[in-house]
Amino acid sequence: MGDSSGSVLTAALLCFFAMDEELERDERVFLLGEEVAQYDGAYKVSRGLWKKYGDKRIIDTPITEMGFTGIAVGAAMAGLRPICEFMTFNFSMQAIDQVINSAAKTYYMSAGLQSVPIVFRGPNGASAGVAAQHSQCFAAWYGHCPGLKVVSPWNAEDAKGLLKSAIRDDNPVVFLENELMYGVPFEMSEESQSKDFTIPIGKAKVERQGTHVTMVTHSRYVSHCLDAAAVLAKEGIECEVINLRTIRPLDVDCIETSVMKTNHLVTVEGGWPQFGVGAEICARVMEGPAFNYLDAPATRVTGVDIPMPYAKILEDNSLPQIKDIIFSVKKTLNV
Amino acid sequence: LEKHLISNLSRFVSLSIHLVINFPSLSLQGAALVMSARSYSDFTTQASFEIKKCDIHKLDEAPATEVVMTRDEGLQYYRTMQTMRRMELKADQLYKQKIIRGFCHLYDGQEACAVGIEAAINLTDHLITAYRAHGYTLTRGGTVREIMAELTGRRGGIAKGKGGSMHMYSKNFYGGNGIVGAQVPLGAGVALACKYFGNNELCVSLYGDGAANQGQIFETYNMAALWKLPAIFICENNRYGMGTSVERAAASTDYYKRGDFIPGLRVDGMDILCVREATRFAAEHCRSGKGPILMELQTYRYHGHSMSDPGVSYRTREEIQEVRGKSDPISLLKDRMLSNNMASVEELKEIDVSVRKEIEDAAQFATTDPEPPLEDLCNHIFYNDPPLEVRGTNPWTKLKSVS
Repeated sequence: MGDSSGSVLTAALLCFFAMDEELERDERVFLLGEEVAQYDGAYKVSRGLWKKYGDKRIIDTPITEMGFTGIAVGAAMAGLRPICEFMTFNFSMQAIDQVINSAAKTYYMSAGLQSVPIVFRGPNGASAGVAAQHSQCFAAWYGHCPGLKVVSPWNAEDAKGLLKSAIRDDNPVVFLENELMYGVPFEMSEESQSKDFTIPIGKAKVERQGTHVTMVTHSRYVSHCLDAAAVLAKEGIECEVINLRTIRPLDVDCIETSVMKTNHLVTVEGGWPQFGVGAEICARVMEGPAFNYLDAPATRVTGVDIPMPYAKILEDNSLPQIKDIIFSVKKTLNV
Repeated sequence: LEKHLISNLSRFVSLSIHLVINFPSLSLQGAALVMSARSYSDFTTQASFEIKKCDIHKLDEAPATEVVMTRDEGLQYYRTMQTMRRMELKADQLYKQKIIRGFCHLYDGQEACAVGIEAAINLTDHLITAYRAHGYTLTRGGTVREIMAELTGRRGGIAKGKGGSMHMYSKNFYGGNGIVGAQVPLGAGVALACKYFGNNELCVSLYGDGAANQGQIFETYNMAALWKLPAIFICENNRYGMGTSVERAAASTDYYKRGDFIPGLRVDGMDILCVREATRFAAEHCRSGKGPILMELQTYRYHGHSMSDPGVSYRTREEIQEVRGKSDPISLLKDRMLSNNMASVEELKEIDVSVRKEIEDAAQFATTDPEPPLEDLCNHIFYNDPPLEVRGTNPWTKLKSVS
């Protein structure tokens, strides 16, 4: 399969590398999920792992989410470090009780007697043409619950560094990948090629410096925001783009520092608007020092508040497009 | 021996005084004074017992029907079951006094299950159960004090007051689980870890007749059998899932067969020796690498489903009385020991007195220990993490959480 020392690699590959390196580093780590072993992974993320590590550590499960998620959580309670893959996070809904009630809450309920070092990972959010039951974004649902860490990587470096941190974390981490980002190539920095390269959970990254408006986003929409920023730059509007990297805990300091500089806030996400990530960001900014620096109300750019349709024209218009982001920025800046 | 003689002597004296005061015509002068001194060498050190044969499913052999119990074992089982019984009755009392709040699911009647299972496994093995968990918390190493203090929500509770009745944990004991059925996949996961580590340990996963219909349990049977996990699945069939009798909940009430391809045993759950022998059989099956096995323990709870259920709207008082009269697990053991000269009435009474004292002391602790400090409110969110800030009820309240 090679190593991660090439300079242009995809996010899928980097998830693979993260898992490979962590499987090698700690023999308590193992991967289970549907088609992760002999099928090489539904999205090929785990290709090669089974050949390298065998049946004991790469386990194909039957199509029984509630059961295998519970088994993964129990294994974590007993001292292993499972990576529980959901083919998509839509299927995690069948197992959500095990994620929340058995994994997230246990350390607290036991007053520190029982920890649960587990990673739940898989593609989240909209894909292409997979329609309503396969397109939901779960960032807000999982982001709501204490006891969980919720991570949402954007590029290949994020994928590797954050997944390694998630696997090394002694707590339940929900790792929201994005299917459409799996195949996107990114240039890798020198340091990201090390086997010990980790990115801390809970810290956002300013992907682009700017002075007129703060754009806060996560996952695939970081790309959209950067593209929108490039277009807006031609009109003299300099956007600061913040890649959240972690949904829970939210890096409010990073957001506030930026808003206090730019005086304008636009959040961008693929999920639905009500009770979503953008809603939380706006509420937090209201409650903190940055509010007094806002020259206009914050704006949320979100997915349309409907189940995802199938037809391409409908699907395209259900999610934020670059033009929607540009439009919203200009409205916020009143230009 | 001396203690025995002295206690018998004092009884003789008090008996004499009783007779003289109440029956003055009786004269003890010149009566031959025969005081039997029961020395420990008078007791049978062990005896054989015939126990009920288990119904079997997909098995060629069944657990033995002739078993041996030693005097020491008998005394230990008696003490533990009695402790469990008194602890649960004390919890009932404290709940009615509103010192225990919320959920409280009592285990009295089912003692032979918890004690019998533990007698056949090691503390290095693993166990997980549902919410009727106080008995298991005890057998798995919790003390009565810390169990009761958890029920009353105090800092000395086994989970520092943060878990309550349904969330008690100890080493190799994974609770105490509130969501019906969820504990079964968890238990299979623990068994997976046992197999992964190759440590010859197993995991016992318990669930009730109500939970037995849960889909995730069948998902678990499938994976446990596929992967040959060292898991003993045990259905504690106490005939009622909350207020729904087994006939009204299950198309098949042969819970020991519900594992289909998993071999099963149906066991008299009121007889501690039956439970112990069946568990031994099951443990051997697991440890020999044959994969999972299922046990159905036919048992009974005297209390209702929880403290808010009087327990008589869906079953008759006569039924409860009948079980108490004919099948009480503690009485069964006591009768066996007495009729086989394995203990004396006084000796067992002494244990009762000692147990009562232990429960009283624990209750005293549980009612006087302070509640957890408010500083503990946000702690234990994450393990092995730097301290974090937690939002309070309003934006100005920033609370601290440490691991």
